[in-house]
Amino acid sequence: MKALLILQASLTALRRNVLRSALTTLGIVIGVGAVIAMMEIGNGSSAAIQKTIASMGANTLMIFPGAAASGGVSFGAGSTMTMTPEDSEAILRECPSVRATAAVVRSRNAPVIFGNKNWVPNEIDGTTPGFLDVRDWAVIEGAPFDDRDVRNAARVCLIGQSVVRQLFDGQSPVGQEVRLQNVALRVVGVLDKKGANMMGRDQDDILIAPWTTVKFRISGTSTANTAAAAAAAGTSTVTPRGTLYPGSAQGLYAPRSATQTKNSPMPVRLITVDQIIVSATSAEETKDATEEITGLLHERHHIGEKDVDDFNIRDMAEITKALTSTTVMMTNLLLVVAMISLVVGGVGIMNIMLVSVTERTREIGLRMAVGARGTDILRQFLTESVMLCLAGGAMGITLGRGTSYLVSKILHWPTLPSLGAIIASVVVSASVGIIFGFYPAWKASRLDPIEALRYE
Amino acid sequence: MNLIELRDIRKTFYLGEVVLPVLKGITLNIAKGEMVALTGASGSGKSTLMNTLGCLDRPTSGEYLLDGEEVSRLSNDARALMRNRKLGFVFQNFNLLPRTMAQAQVMMPLLYGGTHVSQKDAKQRAAAMLDRVGLADRMDHQPSQLSGGQQQRVALARALINHPPLLLADEPTGNLDSQTTREVLALFRELNDQDGITILIVTHDPKVAANCKRMIRMADGLIEADEITAGGAA
Repeated sequence: MKALLILQASLTALRRNVLRSALTTLGIVIGVGAVIAMMEIGNGSSAAIQKTIASMGANTLMIFPGAAASGGVSFGAGSTMTMTPEDSEAILRECPSVRATAAVVRSRNAPVIFGNKNWVPNEIDGTTPGFLDVRDWAVIEGAPFDDRDVRNAARVCLIGQSVVRQLFDGQSPVGQEVRLQNVALRVVGVLDKKGANMMGRDQDDILIAPWTTVKFRISGTSTANTAAAAAAAGTSTVTPRGTLYPGSAQGLYAPRSATQTKNSPMPVRLITVDQIIVSATSAEETKDATEEITGLLHERHHIGEKDVDDFNIRDMAEITKALTSTTVMMTNLLLVVAMISLVVGGVGIMNIMLVSVTERTREIGLRMAVGARGTDILRQFLTESVMLCLAGGAMGITLGRGTSYLVSKILHWPTLPSLGAIIASVVVSASVGIIFGFYPAWKASRLDPIEALRYE
Repeated sequence: MNLIELRDIRKTFYLGEVVLPVLKGITLNIAKGEMVALTGASGSGKSTLMNTLGCLDRPTSGEYLLDGEEVSRLSNDARALMRNRKLGFVFQNFNLLPRTMAQAQVMMPLLYGGTHVSQKDAKQRAAAMLDRVGLADRMDHQPSQLSGGQQQRVALARALINHPPLLLADEPTGNLDSQTTREVLALFRELNDQDGITILIVTHDPKVAANCKRMIRMADGLIEADEITAGGAA
């Protein structure tokens, strides 16, 4: 209750000089306002930058099949085929940190023929509709193929801008048929321009078709690595239906008991894909996503704790690092600006509080004469400066939010409200009030009542 | 029973090399209900004595019993509480807070009493006190809207809000014209007679001194004369 009375006395004192109080607190208003506006605009830009970087693949994970080895000779990643389209679907279904997945079958580079022109794209991928989602890639003309096309191994494809430029010479490719290894594919859509990737490879030089189409109609078989693995296993016989892995002497998965087999018959892996690409919900979630996927694939592939994984998960650590450092730098920059403006504001508060203490020396003397202790005086002046700063902070928050609103409305800059910045502003302005108000308040509390009463 | 008992109070100021004795051994008793004028030429030490009596300053040596309590050795905070509970101050220049309503001025000492007084009680007490000094219709006026006499009465109401046994007035009529001086003095007299408040007035004005019941004249740090005045006899 006494605190309330002190608060009231402080407010009365401040109200006695409304204009001066307002001007004093202007420093804090502008400081906090600038911080809030900068934070919101900065956060907005940072989010926009992060989104751009993320579209470069910062949140993308790639799952490759593991390596086959024979007699101590490793054949490198992807030399055994262990990933299935069902793995891809299960990852999407069961890992909460995963936003989208796509199974990918790569085809050997082969010429794509349209009319009297031909062109060998950099990449010919068979995949699922999730591919566009994972790569954050839009179809600007036509429409993407769908799950039904995948099920039916439909003869459709999407092509990138470079392929369009090479083959179509200004006319619209949508609805036209191109030929790839004597299979006619109807172009259903054109992909948006993406430019080169970080290694300088043209990402637009691409043809995408349903993976079933690529695997069964175009390649006939999967990549050359399978042949290498087969050769490594020391057999040239064609893999019989039902047993996928040649050289079955070397068990790929932990042996199962008879009961286990009866309870859950192991799915027959007839069909494999070359890789699965996964998009985590955000760049920060890639670590969680990796753990979830590892756990899930261990379960699905029956890999015990001591066994060697039959898959590799890779992420874009380099891009993620760039992203994090951008964010950190942005935040630090804002922090420095905030500190400077608040210190300037605080010095303004201290200056006026000192003037106020001098000016009100007689009042202080009087208050002491009627029984105020030094601590009472200290508390009162401290309350005044904190109230000034908090009022300034509140106005600053309004000003900052207003500014960022106007900026987003008029200039169309991206802004993002930041609760952290608001809380920090309140805390910092209160601290500024205490730190810069303390000296004047202390000075006031140390006055000698006799001198103070006689002060002219 | 004596409200004030001073025994051999001495106060010496040390200004660098210079040693300046201001009070040179004052022994004085003031009983409850007295109305005393303290006079003397400037430099005679009456202000210093006033500050000592008002618990604003500590004597260098000697004993000071206020209402039976030894206060000359108390800490700053304890003396602050003493001022709040036992003393009321009235100043020559009123010392009102600028741009503050009369009622709020009068309530101010309640903030430092150490005991909680609700806002409603405080307002009521302030209103009653302003009514007592005849300013019931001026409660929401600021000092600039009040005449000198009215301002001094607000200051008086403020001094009395905690019902102190002792009222110290330092030249209370120094800034007032003769008409207002008479009114204020009448009010002092009334408070002394009806409410039994002990009043000590520091003054140069013989008319004011004559209005009191007892007059103490100081000279050169000592009490020169202590007499019952005509006002007291009347």
